[in-house]
Amino acid sequence: GKNEYDLLVIGGGSGGLACAKEAAQFGRKVAVLDYVEPSPQGTKWGLGGTCVNVGCIPKKLMHQAALLGSALKDAQHYGWNIAQPVQHTWSVMAQAVQNYVKSLNWGHRVQLQDKKVKYFNMKGSFSDPHTIRGLTKAGKETIVTAENIVIATGGRPKYPTHIAGALEYGITSDDLFWLKESPGKTPLAYYPFVLHLYEIIVYISLTDASPDVSLECAGFLTGIGLDTTVMMRSIPLRGFDQQMASLVTEHMESYGTKFLKRCFPTKVEKLESNRLQVTWKNTDLGTEETDSFDTVMWAVGRAPDTETLNLETVGVKTNSETGKIIVDASEATSVPHIYAIGDITEGRPELTPTAIAAGKLLAQRLFGQSSELMDYDNVPTTVFTPLEYGCVGLSEEAAVQCYGSDNIEVYHAYYKPLEFTVAERDATQCYMKMVCLQEREQRILGLHFIGPNAGEVIQGFALGIKCGATYPQLMKTIGIHPTCAEEITKLHITKRSGLDATVTGC
Amino acid sequence: QEAAKYEKKVMVLDFVTPTPLGNSWGLGGTCVNVGCIPKKLMHQAALLGQALQDSRKFGWQFMEEVKHNWMTMTEAVQNYIGSLNWGYRVALRDKKVTYENAYGEFVGPHTVKATNKRGVAKLYTAERFLIATGERPRYLGIPGDKEYCISSDDLFSLPYCPGKTLVVGASYVALECAGFLAGLGLDVTVMVRSILLRGFDQDMANKIGEYMEEHGINFIREFVPIKVEQLEEGTPGRLKVIAKSTKGNQIIEGEYNTVLLAIGRDACTRKIGLDKVGVKINEKTGKIPVNDEEQTNVPYIYAVGDILQDKLELTPVAIQAGRLLVRRLYAGATSKCDYMNVPTTVFTPLEYGACGYSEETAVEKFGEENIEVYHSHFWPLEWTVPSRDNNKCYAKIICNMQDNERVIGFHVLGPNAGEVTQGFAAAIKCGLTKEQLDSTIGIHPVCAEV
Repeated sequence: GKNEYDLLVIGGGSGGLACAKEAAQFGRKVAVLDYVEPSPQGTKWGLGGTCVNVGCIPKKLMHQAALLGSALKDAQHYGWNIAQPVQHTWSVMAQAVQNYVKSLNWGHRVQLQDKKVKYFNMKGSFSDPHTIRGLTKAGKETIVTAENIVIATGGRPKYPTHIAGALEYGITSDDLFWLKESPGKTPLAYYPFVLHLYEIIVYISLTDASPDVSLECAGFLTGIGLDTTVMMRSIPLRGFDQQMASLVTEHMESYGTKFLKRCFPTKVEKLESNRLQVTWKNTDLGTEETDSFDTVMWAVGRAPDTETLNLETVGVKTNSETGKIIVDASEATSVPHIYAIGDITEGRPELTPTAIAAGKLLAQRLFGQSSELMDYDNVPTTVFTPLEYGCVGLSEEAAVQCYGSDNIEVYHAYYKPLEFTVAERDATQCYMKMVCLQEREQRILGLHFIGPNAGEVIQGFALGIKCGATYPQLMKTIGIHPTCAEEITKLHITKRSGLDATVTGC
Repeated sequence: QEAAKYEKKVMVLDFVTPTPLGNSWGLGGTCVNVGCIPKKLMHQAALLGQALQDSRKFGWQFMEEVKHNWMTMTEAVQNYIGSLNWGYRVALRDKKVTYENAYGEFVGPHTVKATNKRGVAKLYTAERFLIATGERPRYLGIPGDKEYCISSDDLFSLPYCPGKTLVVGASYVALECAGFLAGLGLDVTVMVRSILLRGFDQDMANKIGEYMEEHGINFIREFVPIKVEQLEEGTPGRLKVIAKSTKGNQIIEGEYNTVLLAIGRDACTRKIGLDKVGVKINEKTGKIPVNDEEQTNVPYIYAVGDILQDKLELTPVAIQAGRLLVRRLYAGATSKCDYMNVPTTVFTPLEYGACGYSEETAVEKFGEENIEVYHSHFWPLEWTVPSRDNNKCYAKIICNMQDNERVIGFHVLGPNAGEVTQGFAAAIKCGLTKEQLDSTIGIHPVCAEV
């Protein structure tokens, strides 16, 4: 028989919703299935996917809360008289953030309605290449058929299940943003020092390049006054430029986050006091150590949400190692009329804007006679750690590997944001570098910036790089004064020269 | 400093004629002492005031009563400026540039007289000269202006809180100062003769004005002061301002602690002996016309910066022009300063960054049917939780339909507008088109992705 819908999207996140709404613009009959399986700790949320509910949005808002904490300290230098003590109350922040997220859930539902996209709050699985079986929370079943199906179910945080107690006692980012009470229990006096009684430990062990929500979480938890420790088995921010990654973690260390490097946990136990005892191995010293914390948060990577989709029934191929769905340049899977976008796809960056763009372009190709494919090159991104890191293009190591160190030139500078001067803030890690090809044109391969508002700074330059920007073109661009971004247009010291790269005066 | 790199014998003469109220400052010029630097720092102080309010919504708790101490801020800012003055002196010395704190004026061909603070004069000769004397704030020419009013030359080092302030003018200096004074908690009124931010995109200028009004700054439009009287001496004292309508005979009066004049700046070219060496200036504006190599009509005399006719009054432009000039003179370079698509930012409470054509100039040059304007309001994520100013931030790009939809104008109104605009300016330099803009992925969640 005829299929009910022209397009069925499984997964109402950044990619899925963008695709669905775009298809609806072409007057197509579109449906979206979205379902949130509660986390092991029981956390769940509404329509919108990871970004809106347990990713970018709450992360940036809590990061902002931490930044405001620093602003409070700066303000005193600028003449604002703030009476001590200054405290942070988790529940006020969490509720404000959660309310905003809920308004977004609502907004998405209204948008789907306005655009006449049918929404099913159901968990979908394949019966055949054009048929999806949807199951509600209560167990009620609905069968939906569609000409084209897009899988956009994203991913969920992994648990290190080989560690005893990990599942029972640990939380992940899925839970952190929805905690009603502080992970460090009671509010701490922010000045003059942090009490060491209430502690959180975040264990990071990432095996592939992924924007680091974990490091960002550790950052803002520290910023709001909680005693936070990060335990890492190997390197942070894998896949990112390693020089920049170490500057980021260096800053976090001076900011107050504790790091246990080259350690990995072996078990988590609950104590009588309800605190958690973590035992770990220190690979450098070869010793075993323990300590107790209020909260243990796991950040060991995200697993693609494909288990319950029944992909084997229809023959959609996945990568045997990662479990992600294999797609070609047009987002098509191994089965005709079945596509996949977003975090679930193999080899794609796990970012909201790429999912959205891919979703829109896919809809345009399916229903709008477009042939434009998604360009995954030079996608800019920002890590919202206490000192933010924005980048676009190749890391220095990737450029060296690709072109050879003799064929690239790296311009760099240490700078001090004007606003840090009066605030007497340490700018040791405020740094930027531009990786260019040596040849005559000196095309820019990568741009890296650590400092305040890194995202705002990098965005425009990403455009320039899309236009094939060269070093001479950037140097011809006049700077806006006084900003941090202008320093990019003034980069002139090369790493090769060995000269001091500290910016001095105008 | 650039010339010294090429082993030329270089001398710099710098002298600050005190303001009518007796204010002076060190080496570095307008930007460092009474411009960009102190302005941005005080703007930051005002932004931090807003941050304090926001922080409560993000869970921070502290006493309701938060007050701002002008002296603490001003002292910190002046200390930083002092370090910059010092830094410049050291830099000049290190690069073996001779520095004299003296007032320079031409007395004959290739000869300059330098008079120091104590009136001692010396003569110097040079092969080439560079005039970079910049500008100073203009006064109204009404009774009481020089005696009782201050200008931006005085504001940043004012040894007392200005209190209830009347800002006269609608330049970016006027609006930026009014903005941060209000942000620090002061009662501010802006008196405007006609339009805001003349020369800037008027659509954006009006949005800036609207935002300021919604945030408590009073605007008195289409009036000019005709007299300023002192009611009471003090720090600050009390002043009475009488103003007349530009549209009729209506007269109004107002009482303020401080009157800040920001009606424009005049080039410092009238009293430096230019007539003695034959350098032509625009008699009306005082500005010096130069060719595209910054050369005046006298071949061995060059000029850069705010005093140039028909060029932008911006620090980075002056720096770039100065550096490139020297490289052409002494290093055989040929690059000229590119004055096209120079980005700027106005640091009003709602910041405004721009690069390229305003909408009106684009329409004028290319015709309305040949341009397309894409625009959007946006709500910075950080303002959602404190429920602040929904739908005030705004961005627009102007594209030339006849040239592959090339982006010829970029305008953004929102936080960190300077940081946002800088990269776009670089992209515009690379010939950015709408298609390329569309295919560039946004960073999420930031304002710039809009």
